Amino acid sequence: MLALCFMFGVLAIPAHVFAVLGGDTNSVQADQVHMQGSLRSTRAQAYTVHEIQAATGTTVREYISPSGTVFAVAWKGPWPPDMRQLLGEYFDQYTQAAEVQSNARTGRRPLYIELPGLVVHVGGHPRSFAGTAYLPDRLPHGVSAEELR
Amino acid sequence: MTSLRRLLALAMCGFCLWAGGCGGASSGKSGGIATSGKNVVPISVNGGPEGNYANGVFASVTLCVPGSCNCQTVTNVLVDTGSSGLRIVSSALTISLPQQNGATGHPVVECLPFLSAVTWGPVQTADIQMGGEKASSVSIQVLSDTAFPIASGCKNMGLPSQDTVQALGANGILGIGLFAQDCGPVCTQTGSSNPGLYYECPSSGCQVTAESLSLQVPNPVAMFAADNNGVIIELPAVSGPQPSASGSLVFGIGTHSNNGLGGATVYTVDASGDLTTTYKGKSYPNSFVDSGSNGYFFLTSSATGIPSCSSATGFYCPSSKQSLSATNQGSNGASGTVNFSLANAESLFANQADFVFNNLGGPGHDSFDWGLPFFFGRNVFIAIEGRSTPAGTGPYWAY
Repeated sequence: MLALCFMFGVLAIPAHVFAVLGGDTNSVQADQVHMQGSLRSTRAQAYTVHEIQAATGTTVREYISPSGTVFAVAWKGPWPPDMRQLLGEYFDQYTQAAEVQSNARTGRRPLYIELPGLVVHVGGHPRSFAGTAYLPDRLPHGVSAEELR
Repeated sequence: MTSLRRLLALAMCGFCLWAGGCGGASSGKSGGIATSGKNVVPISVNGGPEGNYANGVFASVTLCVPGSCNCQTVTNVLVDTGSSGLRIVSSALTISLPQQNGATGHPVVECLPFLSAVTWGPVQTADIQMGGEKASSVSIQVLSDTAFPIASGCKNMGLPSQDTVQALGANGILGIGLFAQDCGPVCTQTGSSNPGLYYECPSSGCQVTAESLSLQVPNPVAMFAADNNGVIIELPAVSGPQPSASGSLVFGIGTHSNNGLGGATVYTVDASGDLTTTYKGKSYPNSFVDSGSNGYFFLTSSATGIPSCSSATGFYCPSSKQSLSATNQGSNGASGTVNFSLANAESLFANQADFVFNNLGGPGHDSFDWGLPFFFGRNVFIAIEGRSTPAGTGPYWAY
């Protein structure tokens, strides 16, 4: 039922609307240029998705709320994207959380960061990574984390 | 003359190293686990070199300066079917291996991303021996943040670099997964399609470089002179937390009397090395089997309804033990049910003397990561891409 509400349609959106997590649509042109990728944009009821297919084969999806904030990014491909580029001001927080989780007792496993203002889940293995980063307090009304893929 | 001397040294060295290990072609099995044969080495699940690793399976690897008798056996190397390539922490290495240099004559250094960390350090060359198997002049990665400053592209992954035994919890990683090289064809390309794993590092700074398949860090099994089409991980069934468990790593599939597929079901994988797991009616196509993940990692807490631990971050902490079931399906259509159970990770970790946990798990992403507990009580076959086996050409999993 919910899925039916999200009538995806391709939009003609200029390339310069790309942004980093937490940024607005006009803040950064950089992602697509940085990844030298091709672009496809779709609009759902509660958000717009910009999808960049990077030259490396990794796909990045950026979720933008009606108010113009990038509230989530998701990626999938053989290797991770440039996380500094993608997470912007949240990169340092991400790095610190990843460092804290890295210890031998708890071994090698997916990255599972759930901070009050930042959630990052990364799974997979070399040659097949997938991840999602989102700002839990900026999810548009009615959007569940499970649909950010 | 030099090459003759080198050949002679190799032959003599081969003699002295092989003399002790020649048990003939006989092989033995105990409880479904091969115990002897030139293609068998022991593996152990225990706390590792730091005595703290949960669900790590370790092996010993002998490295030699290429073509010489100058060798060293590195113990406690983590056996990882989720990656390809041998990586050794520099402090665990006592012999000096030749450095690989790139097209402009400068050292080649690698950044390999894993899920929660990267490995950074120079690519060097070694002969590798495990049991009676030998591989000559193999690229390996030596983990060190100090030999070369970490490249900005590697730092931009935002993950810690594990270059000490303490940080890694192991002396190295033995990547014996589905692929013949760690990166593959994309790393041979120049320009924006290169993912930036291999660098050439003059003193002015590291730059991404195109690395040919033959120079990339390979799955060492693919480089063995024999028994090079894959491996079997054989570990006993485990009924509860315990300090250690012993098993075997068997080289080759269908090449000896001790490594036949028997009744194992073959699950072929997609180009990414993944199969599809179906859980509670929903399919997750990016699922995989990985001895280097230390639990069953699947979905998220909000998707499963199973609470995450408060102190053991990244693990599930159900209030009571959960008995769960999922179905794995290969690209070839083969499918089979996997029953597994999940206990409270904080309760499991409470006894500091235990390192083997058959029902440890945690949240991940929208996939199933069948980590080490999956291997307990199963012989798991991993066939390398492009290599023929009695059940067809790899890559595939069979169990």
